[in-house]
Amino acid sequence: MSAGKQTAIELRDQIGAGRASSLDATKAVFECIDRLEPTVGAYISLFRDEALARAEDVDRRIAAGEPVGALAGLPVAVKDVLCTRSGATTCGSRLLEHFHAPYDATVIRKLHDADAVIVGKTNMDEFAMGSSTENSGLKQTVNPWDPQRVPGGSSGGSAAAVAARLCSVAIGSDTGGSVRQPASFCGVVGLKPTYGRVSRYGLVAYGSTLDQVGPLGRTVSDVALMLNVIAGHDPADSTSIDETVAPVEDYLTQVNEPVEGLKIGVVPAFNAGAEAPIQSAVAAALDVYRSAGAEIVEIEMPHLDYAIAAYYVIATAEASSNLARYDGVHYGHRTENPADYVEVYSKSREEAFGKEVKRRIMLGTYALSSGYYDAYYLKALKVRNLIRGDFTQAFEKCDAIAMPVAPTTAFKIGEKMDDPLKMYLSDIYTISANLAGLPGISVPCGQDGNGLPIGLQILTPAFTEGKLLRIGRMFEGATEWHTKKPAMVES
Amino acid sequence: MAEKIDAEQVKKVAKLARLQLSEDEIGEFTGQLEAILEYVEKMDELDTADVEPLAHCLPIANVFREDIIMPSLGTDASLANAPQRDGSFFRVPKILDDNPGA
Repeated sequence: MSAGKQTAIELRDQIGAGRASSLDATKAVFECIDRLEPTVGAYISLFRDEALARAEDVDRRIAAGEPVGALAGLPVAVKDVLCTRSGATTCGSRLLEHFHAPYDATVIRKLHDADAVIVGKTNMDEFAMGSSTENSGLKQTVNPWDPQRVPGGSSGGSAAAVAARLCSVAIGSDTGGSVRQPASFCGVVGLKPTYGRVSRYGLVAYGSTLDQVGPLGRTVSDVALMLNVIAGHDPADSTSIDETVAPVEDYLTQVNEPVEGLKIGVVPAFNAGAEAPIQSAVAAALDVYRSAGAEIVEIEMPHLDYAIAAYYVIATAEASSNLARYDGVHYGHRTENPADYVEVYSKSREEAFGKEVKRRIMLGTYALSSGYYDAYYLKALKVRNLIRGDFTQAFEKCDAIAMPVAPTTAFKIGEKMDDPLKMYLSDIYTISANLAGLPGISVPCGQDGNGLPIGLQILTPAFTEGKLLRIGRMFEGATEWHTKKPAMVES
Repeated sequence: MAEKIDAEQVKKVAKLARLQLSEDEIGEFTGQLEAILEYVEKMDELDTADVEPLAHCLPIANVFREDIIMPSLGTDASLANAPQRDGSFFRVPKILDDNPGA
C-alpha cells in the first residue's frame, strides 16, 4: 500500500480500522522521500527513526484496542518555523541553523497529542519572508510540477511535500499568503485560519499582527481534519481567541454540507490583474458555483489596491522589532572575535541574515524611525482600517469573496530575485486577508498552458472557517482538479 | 511625503538596526529601498485624516491572568543554545569602560 494514493482522511480511517498500518504508510512516505527528495528538496530535517518508532507505537495501541487521537498514524510534515524539542528549528536561516528549541510549540504538542507521525521539518523562506522559498538560507526547494520553477513561499517546502506525496498533510504559516500561494503553485489545498484561531505559541514571530498557522493537504476535508486538531484557545498565546467569543466547530463533520443560498462576491476589476489563464479558471470556478445554485454578485473594494503598500510597511516594521531578538548573545550565530559588544550584535546579524531579511529589517526600521513614523507606519495602520472596512461592507452583500490566489502560476527559479518590489507585487491577492485578519483558502481550480496548477481563493468573515471549508468543498466536490498530480509522482 | 533616501540615511538606519552592512549592500539597498518607498507612497492618494489606525483585528483588548508562578525553563535549558556561557551566565564582551573617568 502507498500513502500516495489515499487522502489523509482515507488513510487515517484505514489505520484506525486496522486495515492499514501506520508503519507501512510511514515507510511508504520515506520511500517517496528517498526517491524524490533529492530533486524536490522539501525538507530541512527528517525524523526517520523517531517517526517509524511512533508509527509502530500507534499501530500497537490500535491493535490493543486503546484509544488514539484524530490523526493517529498519519505522516505529517511541519514547516521549520515551529519550535520542536526534537531536532533543530532553523526558520530557514543560517542564524538558527544549530538552534534547538527547549520546548514544543502548542501546534506541535497538539499534533503529538492527536498521535500524528511527524516525518520532518520543511524548507521555507528565511523567517517566512518571501514568496518563492528562494530566500531559504539552507537549501532550495523546487516545484514538483516543474523543477525549473519555484514552489511558492514562504511555506514552499510544506506545499511541495504534500504535492509530491512526501507526507500526507502538512503545517505551514501565513503572514501575507505564505500558505495559500504555495498551495496554489503546487496544486494542493491551503488554509489560512482567522487571526487568533490557532495558537502561535512556539511559532517564530515575523509579523505579529499578521502571522497565523495553517494546514496544507490534498483535499478540503484533509485540511478540515487538521484544523480540528490545531484550532483553539491557548493560555500561552494571549492573541488566541477565547472560545466563548468564537467557538471552535467540528470542521470535518460539516464539510460536505453545501451552503444554501450562497452569495459569492467578486471584484471584477481587481481580478482582471491576473494572467489570462488564471482569470479564465476563476471565471469557470464561479460557473461551477452558479450551477450549484450560488449567486455571484459584483462588489466594490476600493482600497484593495493599497494592500501591498500598507502590508510592506506594517510587516517590515513588526519584523524589525521581532528580529531584534537575534543579538548573538542568547542563541543563534555569534561572530568570531568581535571588537566590542556592539559588534556582537551588528556583525553576528550581518553575517547570518540573508539579503531579504536584512532588506525588510532596514525598511521596517526606517518606517518606524523618528520623522518617518507618521508618514509610513501610522499611515499604513490607517489604510489597514480602510481595507478592513472594505471587507465589512462587502460581507453585508455576500457570504464569501472569490478571487485568484496569485497573479501568475509558479514562476521560474531566479526570475524575481533581482527585483524585490516585483516579488512583493506577486502577493497582491493574498495580503489583504492578513491585514483584515480573515480566513482564506486556496483550492486547485485549473492549469495554465504549461500544465501548472492554478488556485481559487475564497475569503469569508472572521471565525467562519466552517462555512469557508464547506464552500471550498462545494467546488472540490464538483470538479477533478484536486486529483491531478505532478508527473514525478508515480500513479 | 518624505524626501528620497540616500546612502547616508541607509547607513544611519543600518546602525539603528544593528546591521554592519557592507558598502555593496548599502549601495544595493539604497536603490531598492528608494523604489519600495516610492511604491509605498501610493498610500498618500488616500485621505486618512478621519481614519483611526488599526493595529490588529482581534475583538479583544487586554488579557489578564492570576499573578501566580507558572513552570518555566530551568537555567540549563535556558542556556543550552548560548554561543558562549560562563556558569549560569551568558558570556559577552566587556560593556563598561575600565577607566570611566579617563
